[in-house]
Amino acid sequence: MTTTFPASSKSLHFNPSLKRNRLDQFLTGLAGVFSTIAVLPLILVLLYVLIQGGRLISIGLFTQLPPAPGLDGGGIGNALIGTVVVTLIASLIAIPVGVGGGVFLAEYSSGGWFAQFIRVGNDILAGVPSIIAGIFVYGAIVATRVFFGQSYTAAAGGLALAVLMLPTVIKTTDEGLKLVPRELTWGAIGVGASKFVTVTRITLPSAFTPIATGVVLAIARAAGETAPLIFTALFSPFWPEGLFNPIATMSVLIFNFAIMPFEPQNELAWAASFVLVVMILAANLFARWLRRFAAK
Amino acid sequence: MLRRRPASDRLVDGGFRNLTIVLASFVAITLLAIFITVFQGAREAMQTFGLTFITTSNWNPVDNEYGAFTAIYGTLVSSIMALVIAVPLGIGTAIFITENLIPLRWREVIGVMVELLAAIPSVVLGLWAIFVMEPFIRPFLQFLYDAFGWLPFFNSPPQGPGMAPAIIILVVMILPIITSISRDALNQVPNELRQGAYGVGSTRWVAILNVILPAAVSSIMGGIMLSLGRAMGETMAVTMIIGNSNNFSFSLLAPGNTIASMLANQFGEADGIQVSALLYAAVILMVLTFTVNIAAQWIIKKLSLKY
Repeated sequence: MTTTFPASSKSLHFNPSLKRNRLDQFLTGLAGVFSTIAVLPLILVLLYVLIQGGRLISIGLFTQLPPAPGLDGGGIGNALIGTVVVTLIASLIAIPVGVGGGVFLAEYSSGGWFAQFIRVGNDILAGVPSIIAGIFVYGAIVATRVFFGQSYTAAAGGLALAVLMLPTVIKTTDEGLKLVPRELTWGAIGVGASKFVTVTRITLPSAFTPIATGVVLAIARAAGETAPLIFTALFSPFWPEGLFNPIATMSVLIFNFAIMPFEPQNELAWAASFVLVVMILAANLFARWLRRFAAK
Repeated sequence: MLRRRPASDRLVDGGFRNLTIVLASFVAITLLAIFITVFQGAREAMQTFGLTFITTSNWNPVDNEYGAFTAIYGTLVSSIMALVIAVPLGIGTAIFITENLIPLRWREVIGVMVELLAAIPSVVLGLWAIFVMEPFIRPFLQFLYDAFGWLPFFNSPPQGPGMAPAIIILVVMILPIITSISRDALNQVPNELRQGAYGVGSTRWVAILNVILPAAVSSIMGGIMLSLGRAMGETMAVTMIIGNSNNFSFSLLAPGNTIASMLANQFGEADGIQVSALLYAAVILMVLTFTVNIAAQWIIKKLSLKY
């Protein structure tokens, strides 16, 4: 019995002029073009921030207050401290609560309705737009003047950022703990450790790197957030005056100064962007290194 | 002989368990508090304006007349248009960096760059949009107006801030989300499927389009819905470049408004029933993002192919 082949498949060599091979090349090229377009904004944004902001970097930028509208000179010293303060408040609230909640989900819940409810709630909370978090804290804390009769405070700003950080911290803790081999936990329980000792001495430390990676990313994200701060921490042209007064932050400074019609303010916005972007990218690269370190 | 655990030990054990339960319930408490605070504030406007709030578009603080149609329309149009542009770009990029088309080193570099793009704060993108991107694309928008001005979507001259630059900046913001979720989805497709497709003689793209993408479609769809939710709630960059006008216009070249940008712009200076009207708009935004996010979870759960 003889078999006949179509003419084109006589040769087993790759024939680039075939229709299907041409289509393949076209689609590969298209995907390449799409990737280039996807990468282009990062390069352009970084380039402009580095050029426009980088040339304004000086000692004075970090040690001086911003100038009055329209005036030259000055720096972003207060905003730099403010960003650190507000992000620190947010971390001090969100990390303990988030890690605790994640421990509950991963270690103590056995898929009951409450855990299910918290998981779904966490996903919903993660999807809440950041501006809504700002409005919530405004309505609950700023408008009601809970903090010693003060309205806009650094503490309120920190709280708003904590609302945004919480879901990320819970999720990374939950997932990080689930990666820990069950044998470790069984071993600890087997030699007589209590559940509390097992979780705090064995499980949590073994999951340290994935949790730390997620936490670093959440902090970097919070440091760049603006929308939750504009009605909570507000802004201040002065040095920070404690936790219960309005405070300047770099992100709000960029927003305020970008839309001002004055050249010197616009330049400070670029300089603040430079500092903020360098800080956030450094945190991201650190998290990336941490992950790779853990993989080894 | 078995030794019983001392009482203090058991106390610590139970106490720690209860502590984690309390901390976990903070999620529910926060979520509930957000809903209550926003609804409570919005009640007055809900009773005053009812559903006409959604269908009318005059926003007049002097006469206390409020209608959010322009903002709702702006939210939907900007996010859906951004999605239409970002989805092919994102999925194309994801295929490019998962399917062995170029050397691994290059794929990793592109992947890292896309992830770093997601890390750039929204306010910095807004600054870039105001001073770099918008002036750069204005000649092109002018061309659209000159050539297609007879279409309602391009019937106003570009004058700086507007819907079109806002859509572009939204594309930049959601592209990394779509790309990284699609990449994870494609990476999870079992290699046997690829090998099987190649084994029966399909070319690379026949395999991608007919076997690999369909296997990953549920996660990719879920990711698209998640990024739609993100685009609708995105505030800072959009506020800085959309022009914040409450005048309704079909034109993409005209200034517009979204719910989030309206909140960012007016909430600080509003008082009386305007605050309530803004909170009513916030309720609408929450309902929109909530629906989209639930749909995303549902899609991921229900549509996943079993292979």
